[in-house]
Amino acid sequence: MSYAIEMRNIRKEFPGIVANDDITLQVQEGEIHALFGENGAGKSTLMNVLFGLYQPDQGEIYVHGKKEFINDPNDAARLGIGMVHQHFMLIDKFTVAENIILGREPKKHGALDMAKAVKIVKELSERYGLDVDPNKKVEDITVGMQQRVEILKTLYRGSDILIFDEPTAVLTPLEIKELIEIMKRLVGEGKSIILITHKLKEIFESCDRCTVIRRGKNIDTVAISDTNPSDLASMMVGRKVNIQVNNAPYDPKEKVLEIEHLNVLDSRKVDVIKDLNLTVHGGEILGIAGVDGNGQTELIEAIAGLRKVKDGSIKINNDDVTNQKTRKIIEAGLGYIPEDRQKHGLVLDFSVGENMVLQTYYKKPYAQAGILHNKVITKKAKQLIQEFDVRTPSEKTLARSLSGGNQQKVIVAREVDRSPQLLIAAQPTRGLDIGAIEFIHGKLIEEKKKGKAVLLVSFELDEILHLSDRIAVIYEGHIIDIVNPKETDENELGLLMAGRKKGGNEA
Amino acid sequence: MSFFEVLTIIIPSTLLTAAPLIFTSLGGVFSERSGVVNIGLEGLMAVGAFTAAISTLGLEHAGLGDASPWIAIIIAAIAGGIFSLIHAVVSISFRADQTVSGVALNFLAAGLTIFLVKMIYDGKGQTPYITHNIDKISIPGLAKIPFIGPIFFQQVTYTSYLAILVSVLVWFIIFKTPFGLRLRSVGEHPAAADTLGINVSKMRYIGVALSGVFGGIGGAVYLVTITSNYNVTTIAGQGFLALAALVFGKWHPIGAMGASMFFGFAQALSITGQQIPYLDRLPSVVMLTAPYVLTLIVLTGFVGRAEAPKADGVPYIKGQR
Repeated sequence: MSYAIEMRNIRKEFPGIVANDDITLQVQEGEIHALFGENGAGKSTLMNVLFGLYQPDQGEIYVHGKKEFINDPNDAARLGIGMVHQHFMLIDKFTVAENIILGREPKKHGALDMAKAVKIVKELSERYGLDVDPNKKVEDITVGMQQRVEILKTLYRGSDILIFDEPTAVLTPLEIKELIEIMKRLVGEGKSIILITHKLKEIFESCDRCTVIRRGKNIDTVAISDTNPSDLASMMVGRKVNIQVNNAPYDPKEKVLEIEHLNVLDSRKVDVIKDLNLTVHGGEILGIAGVDGNGQTELIEAIAGLRKVKDGSIKINNDDVTNQKTRKIIEAGLGYIPEDRQKHGLVLDFSVGENMVLQTYYKKPYAQAGILHNKVITKKAKQLIQEFDVRTPSEKTLARSLSGGNQQKVIVAREVDRSPQLLIAAQPTRGLDIGAIEFIHGKLIEEKKKGKAVLLVSFELDEILHLSDRIAVIYEGHIIDIVNPKETDENELGLLMAGRKKGGNEA
Repeated sequence: MSFFEVLTIIIPSTLLTAAPLIFTSLGGVFSERSGVVNIGLEGLMAVGAFTAAISTLGLEHAGLGDASPWIAIIIAAIAGGIFSLIHAVVSISFRADQTVSGVALNFLAAGLTIFLVKMIYDGKGQTPYITHNIDKISIPGLAKIPFIGPIFFQQVTYTSYLAILVSVLVWFIIFKTPFGLRLRSVGEHPAAADTLGINVSKMRYIGVALSGVFGGIGGAVYLVTITSNYNVTTIAGQGFLALAALVFGKWHPIGAMGASMFFGFAQALSITGQQIPYLDRLPSVVMLTAPYVLTLIVLTGFVGRAEAPKADGVPYIKGQR
């Protein structure tokens, strides 16, 4: 039988590391095939080999049963291989249509034929049910639509083998559902799909078969119908893992964070937090559930002093920190794991060590009389790297070159080590693999056990339901209800998140 | 002197001084739209002006007469294109800092051209004057139109109209052709362009080479219409004005042309101020500094948030996170 894609015994080395060691991947025609492994297991390397961005040191690639050499993305495109990149390869200032036709532009008398381009995009989007507006600029459309543009780019080039590189990392739960439907529709149209992921749920919802790789090596290829999530997770990590870390009992203490009648404007000067009241106690994890864009980001930014409070008050340990400078708030006892770890959590071009002292560098023992003590900083960094299991060549490595999971560990290490009274964790596990999620969940629970207050904001309902002692649902800038996770479920939360209170009343 | 008469002095003068700036800033548009910052425009103008001077002199000597300065502009364009390749190699292939490379280009051009002048003209610091300039003329027919004629079509050079036409052409190339789309794509998001099979280095080389060609033309036009000989002070700041025009014009060809016109107007004021009532009472130092002061005011006060191409100045390294 011939496969849509067959990669045989692929080996790819980088200086000091074997990224792919004798990996074989066989994708049948018309299936959704998961490529499952931790961050840094070699999934992306393997796919970049298939896409022509890297050349394998050993091994052969067969496309529809024919041996091929793929030297660059042009070769891959010619063979009908298309990639939907994790970090979208889209030009913000171009329109949707311009992004799609770039590199293969329809022409009229040597000039761009944009009318024809728009028509082609419309036809494609209708045929595959991928709703986009060809004339909108990419910077003005939602993340979900941007992803559809990425998919259309590959379809426009006539791809029949589509690689999805961790496509759900940036999507909301609803968008994930839509994406899975889109993938199924594409397979129905005769396409074959490789789904790179480390999320078990998606695999069981969408895939036919799954190839597991670990540390650059092939572990196994299994049919999804013959396996279960916990086996697959163990296969990936190489040891028994707890998909869910055991939570600690709920033992609330005194109030740590007190928010009263908070009003905040967003960047467009629209009221985004409206008369919000919220209290978080020591020894509890309070989860905030809500659909993206209901004020979560602004709420956290207001607490952290990154956004001006229009009205109301925020107290940490009875200290009024409303509209204080961020450094003051941090010194009052705030730890903050921001939503976007690359933009707000780290200075990517600083070393791991430097990133670990971003809030404390000016204090003794890290600095004296305005001069940094690099020895002390290095020692601290080494200790944290060990303690928090950050996989980095050294403390001098740039934060940019770490994987997402390890970047997040650097932030968690920095924030937790200062032992803050209040720890805000915004989307702390977004895009991370099972091993890293397990680790970070464990740390949050540890903080709670120490009697600290944890404010958890997440779009992952599973995460909220599992970790929280109380769940506050945010809707249009205020807390619509606070529920007990033991007495609720995804359905009830879903309704609350859509603004419906118990009993079906519109809030 | 009536307002009308003031216009007949100042507008032709504006058109004359703006033309070199227009050409050069259009060159900047090509380079920066492809993602390569080009501080070297000043040096490229110097190379263009120098080449135009010696070429015109040579061509005159060979008896080509009035065609000499036009042919010289073409030769200067080629020289500018070749000279800009230094910047391309250093900043694209070797990914050096583009600002430093551009500054180096300026020093190199200033030193090299004067060195060559001394070598060719027995140690003299300047070239002889060319005798066949591109002269100010009245356009037959159009100059006779009442009111408009004397303002726009008398005492002008063809190069000014050429500059305006070329800006429209550059706008078309950049925004309406596949080449332009690709050029802009490598300036905004080179990795995205790369995954679509667009050769990032090649596009950037073309962008920089075109900036050299246009910078060369700009310098040449300045020489054959305004100064007529080349020395160390011939190109003194015009390249930087063109760079400012590029930013003021928001990296848009028509915007760059408009901004160049504005700077041309400011320079025209300082040149013709002595003939204009009221302005002639101001100390000449005020008039001479006016273009630069206006530049500062405009760039800080009126441009607003100018958005450069996203990857402008960032070398492209395949596979970087």
